[in-house]
Amino acid sequence: MSGHSHQSWGRWPRASQQVLPLYWPDDQLPATGDLSLLPRGNGRSYGDVCLNDGGALLDCRQLNRFVSFDPEHGRLACEAGVLLGDIQRLTLPRGWMLSVSPGTQFVTVGGAIANDVHGKNHHRAGTFGRHVVSFELRRTDGSCLQCSPSENPELFRATVGGLGLTGVITRAEIQLKPVSGAYLDQQTVSFDHLDRFFELAAEADRQHEYTVAWIDCLARGPELGRGLLMTADHRDEANCSEPARRRLSVPFELPVSPVRSWSVRQFNRWYFNRQRRNAGRRRVHYQPFFYPLDAVGQWNRVYGRSGFYQYQCVIPEGQAREAVSDILERVSDAGSGSFLAVLKRFGDLPSPGLLSFPMPGVTLALDFANQGQRTLDLMDSLDQLTHAAGGRVNPSKDARMSAAHFQQAYPGWKQLQGLADPGLSSSFWRRVTVAP
Amino acid sequence: MTRALIIGATSAIAGAVARLWAEQGHALFLTGRNPERLKLLRHDLLARGAARVETAVLEVTDTLQQEAVISQAVQTLDGLDLALLAHGSLPGSDDWHSSPEAARLAFEVNATATITLLTRLTGLFESRQHGTLVVISSVAGDRGRQSNYLYGAAKGAVSLFTQGLRNRLHGGPVRVITVKPGMVDTPMTRSFDKGLLWATPEQVAIDVVRAVSRGRDVVYSPWYWRWIMLVIRLLPEWLFKRLRL
Ligand SMILES: Cc1cc2nc3c(=O)[nH]c(=O)nc-3n(C[C@H](O)[C@H](O)[C@H](O)COP(=O)(O)OP(=O)(O)OC[C@H]3O[C@@H](n4cnc5c(N)ncnc54)[C@H](O)[C@@H]3O)c2cc1C
Ligand SMILES: NC(=O)c1ccc[n+]([C@@H]2O[C@H](COP(=O)([O-])OP(=O)(O)OC[C@H]3O[C@@H](n4cnc5c(N)ncnc54)[C@H](OP(=O)(O)O)[C@@H]3O)[C@@H](O)[C@H]2O)c1
Repeated sequence: MSGHSHQSWGRWPRASQQVLPLYWPDDQLPATGDLSLLPRGNGRSYGDVCLNDGGALLDCRQLNRFVSFDPEHGRLACEAGVLLGDIQRLTLPRGWMLSVSPGTQFVTVGGAIANDVHGKNHHRAGTFGRHVVSFELRRTDGSCLQCSPSENPELFRATVGGLGLTGVITRAEIQLKPVSGAYLDQQTVSFDHLDRFFELAAEADRQHEYTVAWIDCLARGPELGRGLLMTADHRDEANCSEPARRRLSVPFELPVSPVRSWSVRQFNRWYFNRQRRNAGRRRVHYQPFFYPLDAVGQWNRVYGRSGFYQYQCVIPEGQAREAVSDILERVSDAGSGSFLAVLKRFGDLPSPGLLSFPMPGVTLALDFANQGQRTLDLMDSLDQLTHAAGGRVNPSKDARMSAAHFQQAYPGWKQLQGLADPGLSSSFWRRVTVAP
Repeated sequence: MTRALIIGATSAIAGAVARLWAEQGHALFLTGRNPERLKLLRHDLLARGAARVETAVLEVTDTLQQEAVISQAVQTLDGLDLALLAHGSLPGSDDWHSSPEAARLAFEVNATATITLLTRLTGLFESRQHGTLVVISSVAGDRGRQSNYLYGAAKGAVSLFTQGLRNRLHGGPVRVITVKPGMVDTPMTRSFDKGLLWATPEQVAIDVVRAVSRGRDVVYSPWYWRWIMLVIRLLPEWLFKRLRL
């Protein structure tokens, strides 16, 4: 099977590749001759780390069997295509939940490891990779290796955050965390300027398990960086019910994207005011809090045929206030802003991967409709601000950063290249490893 | 608690059905050819909440073994409420166009083995005055097409057989459900280009589970195949024989 069926979440760039499914963990990896192969999870990466233009993708979603669950110690073993949401549903009624969960539950365990994803509790738990006990890695030379922090530790470090380049993860064992139930106490405070975020966030991190801020990146001047800080903590309530479901979906790619700066500005204003009115304490189910965007299936289609980019950077603590403010000003001036700009402090727990994105500091994530060169130029200028401040851009969301920027920001890339499986490659990897 | 026997449990479609039944707390007896894979399934289904999961190796064309495995299932689960027949193989046309032996074998797996299994299970269920038979046939059995008429003929035989069986058993305690999936993305169709009409095994599994709980007779899955096949069956032969389907 080949063609355009497997795109990335940003739906840009378009790639054409063969898709070969892997059904069982002990199946031989398919022989692809000269074509390179790339393991593929659920395609929730925004950019091209999950694409292999001109090559082949190894679809791992049918590796979706649980292997074992130990409800006494919260250890779960499963195949790499299991979705994080399925883990939550299985283990929550028995008192356990994922230690780290990104902003969507439609992500596979393999994808979560390969991008070493982070969640709203980064300041307490670090990245996903910190909770991986071990995994099984199959390489295209036919070998199959068990990796953990103590067994094949180099390959473990290279595979966590290794963007699928070191081999195919077929099974993994992860450590869950104990919880009483599905509900959280959420608190929302609004802030009317970026400076205020920095005052609030450090304190919020000290007090709360989960923290995240949403900012209106089109607000300017005295309102620059106004937003909402949301915090949450687990309730001591043994209720594991599923939330009331009202799942909408965007049925097809809209021919012309309605996402223009005017509509975004209006949306952001409306959202900001609505949430500000709802500020205060509320009891919420973990799903709408962890995965707010999952409420609308295929929401990425609203950006139309040309897709969109996500720009996520992290800036070290000392430089963050200034750099984030500069970035927001640049975005607001350009007027090509995004619905949701997410701002969060990362804690200082070390990331286990050679190429893990998180580091101590503040991370900002913005979506931009793809308007061609203009959008690329804007992001290039944001790169400069990011790099000048000693920060870096998240590969799992990227579709355009330059090889020079990548290589400077991730010096571990050389080492990864040495440990990578020569039969594997991705659009991203070819793009960022050329001589700058 | 429902006790179900699944023949061909390592199939993608059966695996997805087993998962839903496990979540409903059923006790399952799985058969397949590969014991390692049966073991992987067993662990998965137990984690998902199955009351019990036991397995046995069965090559479906081995008719003696059929009887032994069915008795083993009845004994281990202490009775049986449900049997799903999901084994099948789609022969590549290169093989059966020229090889009578390959043609015979494909018919044996897809039709003869299914019919002998059904005959045994019907006897069992009738003697116990209880049980539901679910058979995965195919839309391919609704009309012979040049691309897969050997497989289609075997599935057509199964569809007709279950239709007659349902007719005979009507009014009694034993039910027969014929499931006719359209094109499903599974190992069987690994080498096909997938397009718009393709379904996932999970979608088909939902239809199978619903057909059992609602007591349906013939289920097309996904539903639109009922209408597609209606049109295809209505085409006059002089026209149909000219088409490349
Ligand atoms: C709405 C939304 C919110 C998000 N929020 C967050 C967030 O809060 N934090 C965060 O960190 N990320 C976030 N993300 C990004 C997402 O979590 C990551 O991109 C994740 O890695 C996607 O997993 P996937 O299963 O879809 O993998 P894919 O996107 O298909 O693949 C991702 C990478 O993993 C590799 N891979 C996949 N499976 C395997 C395997 N079996 N073996 C080896 N390598 C493999 C691929 O080669 C690729 O390099 C979000 C994405 C969306 C759409
Ligand atoms: N996929 C489709 O498009 C489609 C459409 C309509 C109907 N169907 C039917 O759906 C059912 C499930 O198929 P699937 O699509 O899920 O395919 P699948 O995953 O390839 O499963 C086929 C199964 O049949 C088993 N099998 C084949 N020959 C056997 C034999 N001689 N003895 C015992 N077991 C044997 C295989 O066992 P091993 O694992 O040991 O090989 C495998 O478990 C089949 O009846 C198929 O005909 C499929």
